[in-house]
Amino acid sequence: MSTTLTAERPRGQAPVFHVVDEHAHPEGSSTMLGFWIYLMSDCLIFAVLFATYGVLGANYAAGPAPKDLFDLPLVALNTAMLLFSSITYGFAMLAMEKGRVSQTQLWLAVTGLFGAAFLAIELYEFAHLIHIGATPQRSAFLSSFFTLVGTHGLHVTFGLVWLVTLMVQVNKRGLIPANRRRLMCLSLFWHFLDVIWIGVFTFVYLMGMLR
Amino acid sequence: MSSHAEHHSGHHGAGHHGAGHHDHGHGDDGHAHGTLGSYVIGFVLSVILTVIPFWLVMDGTILDKNMTAMAIMALAAVQVVVHMIFFLHMNGRAEGGWTMLSLIFTLIVVVIMLAGSLWVMYHLNTNMMPIHDPSQLP
Repeated sequence: MSTTLTAERPRGQAPVFHVVDEHAHPEGSSTMLGFWIYLMSDCLIFAVLFATYGVLGANYAAGPAPKDLFDLPLVALNTAMLLFSSITYGFAMLAMEKGRVSQTQLWLAVTGLFGAAFLAIELYEFAHLIHIGATPQRSAFLSSFFTLVGTHGLHVTFGLVWLVTLMVQVNKRGLIPANRRRLMCLSLFWHFLDVIWIGVFTFVYLMGMLR
Repeated sequence: MSSHAEHHSGHHGAGHHGAGHHDHGHGDDGHAHGTLGSYVIGFVLSVILTVIPFWLVMDGTILDKNMTAMAIMALAAVQVVVHMIFFLHMNGRAEGGWTMLSLIFTLIVVVIMLAGSLWVMYHLNTNMMPIHDPSQLP
């Protein structure tokens, strides 16, 4: 350890501090940590939106309240879709670790279908709300509701785009180290979105029905 | 800092891997990987922890409102931990502890921000209520 930091003092110049045992950084060696830190910043975005919903969620402006709008069986179905997509992504990761390309692709496709089903149900719900006049402009409650749930939905959308991109990549180049790394990043992203959804269905839908 | 430097010198040193790096699948990351068993356990726990709060709220007669709210928040917190362990493979050793450290830092910021926002805005609402008693007006 004593050799890690040394001060070299060339004659007549300021001392130069540097790490002597400079180690190699293989390509992608810091990607997972970097991606995790991105997810943590994403977590802060959602925390701000949850706080906004917590503050504004009871301001109905004489408009509809959660009890009038939310359909819990539909939310339960949505939750199931996301939970299924989480476990199938897990299966894709297990197949990837065994180097089975077609099995990985199959599970990725199943994950994509569950993700698409989640999005379809959410869009159906939003379309229904807007159709009956519960638009984001109606009240502060609805503005914060659409912002929070919509941001989560956008994340799922971009996750799906990423998933399809990676399926094309794996199809073209197989499970090369770069693709494995990308699949592991998407795994973190996908499971992270499921964690955020736990907060959404608990605080927005279930707590909303209790009010 | 010294432990960090030690981790790196141990990790990239001649042949021997530092503690917590036995679980390298292919050497391009420091993340632990799940097994079929751990994914299934996580999934089953998640299903249970999702069904109970939905059942409590949809039935609506098992507990009173406050108890139900407390119960579903507690179950959500447990489910978040389950996801973190079984799906995100969080542990204190991955990446030399830096993922766990960044998670703890983020959670502290989130708790301060959420609790602070709700606290401040609740009191603002309470204190800014319109005065209904005319004798109180100037």
